[in-house]
Amino acid sequence: MKAVAGRLRRLVPALVLVAVGLLGWQWYVTASGVRPQVLPSPLRVLTEGWAFRAQIWANTLPTLQVTAVGFAVSLAVGWAIAVAVDFSPWLRRALTPLLVASQTLPIIAIAPLLIIWFGFGLLPKVVVIALVTFFPIAVGLIEGFARTDRQATNLLRSMGASRWEQFRYVRLPGAMPSFFTALRIGITYAVTGAIFAEYVGASAGLGIFMNLQKNSFRTDLVLAAVLVTALISITLYGLTFLVQRLVAPWSRRA
Amino acid sequence: MLDPERAEHKLVIEGLRKAFGPLPVLDGVDFDVAPGEFVALVGPSGCGKSTLFDVVAGLEPPDAGRVLVDGADATGRVDPFAYMPQRDLLFPWRTVLDNTTLGLEVAGMPRKAARARAGELFEPFGLAGFERARPAELSGGMRQRAALLRTVVQDRAVLLLDEPFGALDALTRIDMQLWLEGVRAGFGWTVLLITHDIREAVFLADRVLVLGPRPTSVRHEVVVDLPRPRGVAMITQPRFAELEARVLEQVSRGRADAPEPARDSEH
Repeated sequence: MKAVAGRLRRLVPALVLVAVGLLGWQWYVTASGVRPQVLPSPLRVLTEGWAFRAQIWANTLPTLQVTAVGFAVSLAVGWAIAVAVDFSPWLRRALTPLLVASQTLPIIAIAPLLIIWFGFGLLPKVVVIALVTFFPIAVGLIEGFARTDRQATNLLRSMGASRWEQFRYVRLPGAMPSFFTALRIGITYAVTGAIFAEYVGASAGLGIFMNLQKNSFRTDLVLAAVLVTALISITLYGLTFLVQRLVAPWSRRA
Repeated sequence: MLDPERAEHKLVIEGLRKAFGPLPVLDGVDFDVAPGEFVALVGPSGCGKSTLFDVVAGLEPPDAGRVLVDGADATGRVDPFAYMPQRDLLFPWRTVLDNTTLGLEVAGMPRKAARARAGELFEPFGLAGFERARPAELSGGMRQRAALLRTVVQDRAVLLLDEPFGALDALTRIDMQLWLEGVRAGFGWTVLLITHDIREAVFLADRVLVLGPRPTSVRHEVVVDLPRPRGVAMITQPRFAELEARVLEQVSRGRADAPEPARDSEH
C-alpha cells in the first residue's frame, strides 16, 4: 500500500506539468478566439471525443489487434535472430549488416508499397510494426547475451556445461535486464507504427480515423484519437514493468 | 594411461607451456600435489597465475606439457577440477541454494537431489537459514562461502581457488581464512590456491610455491611445517614469521631478476 502511494507521489510532477500545459492551452484558445478547426480547446477535445466514443472505440480495437499481432511477430523474429546470432559467429557477421540496413529503410516510402503488395488487410501493417520494432529487441537481446561475464562463462565451462547449458543457465537470464529495456522501447514504437501503417491505408483503425477526421477538419477528433493512442502506449509501457516483475523479479532496478 | 611413479600424487603438472601469440606466459611449469595437500601459489602480479589456472582447469589448451590427476592424463579436461573464480559470481536470478547446486545440475543431477546434497553443507559453511535468500542479501564473507560451497559440492578431485578472498575487507578475510582452515580439516580436500597474500598462503598451505615473473615457472618451494589446526595465535609465532619472510624474499628476488617490470595484465 505504501509502495503504491509512493509510486503515485512520484507521478505528481508529471501531472502538475500536464495540468499547467492544459490550462495554458485552454486559456489561449478562449482568449485568442482561434477557430476550433485550427486549434480546439482541450475541453472541446474531451467533450467531442466523448460524443464520438462509439466510433473511436470501434477504431481502437483494430489498432490494438494490429499492434498485438505485429509486436508478437516482432518479438518472435527478434528472439529468433538474437539467439541464432548468439550461437553462430558466422550468422553474427552475416546478419549484423542486414539488421542495420533494415533500419535505413524509409518506412514512409515502403508502407504504401506494402499496401500495393499485400492489400488493406492485417499483413502490411504487421510488416510495418515488425520492421520498426524488431530491431531494438534483437539488438537489446544480442547485446544482453554478449555482455555475459567471461569469468561466468569459464565457471560454467569448468562445470562441464555445453554451449546450450551456458546459454540456458547464464546468458539467457543475464540478458533479461537489457531485454526489458529493449521491450519498452519496442512497445512504444509498436503503437506509433500501427497508427502510421493505418494512416497510409486501412479499412478501420485509429490511424485511418485520424486521417479521415483531418480531411474533414475535425481537429478535435484527431486530437481525441491522439489522446487514446497515448493512453494505449502508456498502458503497454506500464505493462512491461508488470511482466518484468513476474518473469524476472530480480532484474528490477531501484 | 597410468603412470605408476606418479600415482601417489593427486595432481602432477608437467612442463606446462603457454603463449598468447608472441607473448610467452607459462615457461615450463612443473609441480605436484599430494592427496589432501593444500598448495598455495604466490607470485608477482601479472606473472600468469590466472593463465596457469585456466590451463590446469582445462579451460585453455597448453602449447606443451601435461596435467595428470591420479596418474592419468587430464590435460584439457574440466571434470577433475572444481574451479572457484576470483569473484563469487553468484547469479541474482537464483536463490543461494540454487546457486550452490548449479554445478550438480549441469552434471545432470536431478534438482531435488542436488538441493539435498548442497543443503547438507549449509550448516558447516555458516549459511544455514539462507538457503532461500537471494545472493544480494548476503554479506561479502557469506557470498564467498556460498561460492566455495558451490565449488566443493561438485565433489571433484582437486579444488582450484583463484584468490578467493581477494575482494574482501581485511577483517572478513581473516575470518574466512580461519574458517577455511577449520572446515578443511574435516573434508580432506586437495586444494590449489592462488593468492597475492603471503600471510594467507603460509597460514593455509602445506607448501607454498613461488612463481617467477612472466613468462613464469615455479622458482622456489617453501614447506610450511607448522602444526595443524592453526589458529590466530600461530601468526605471531617466530616460525610463522620466518616462513613468511622466506616466501616474501623469494617473491621479491623473482621481481629483482625480472628483465622488465611485471605488468599487471591479469585484471
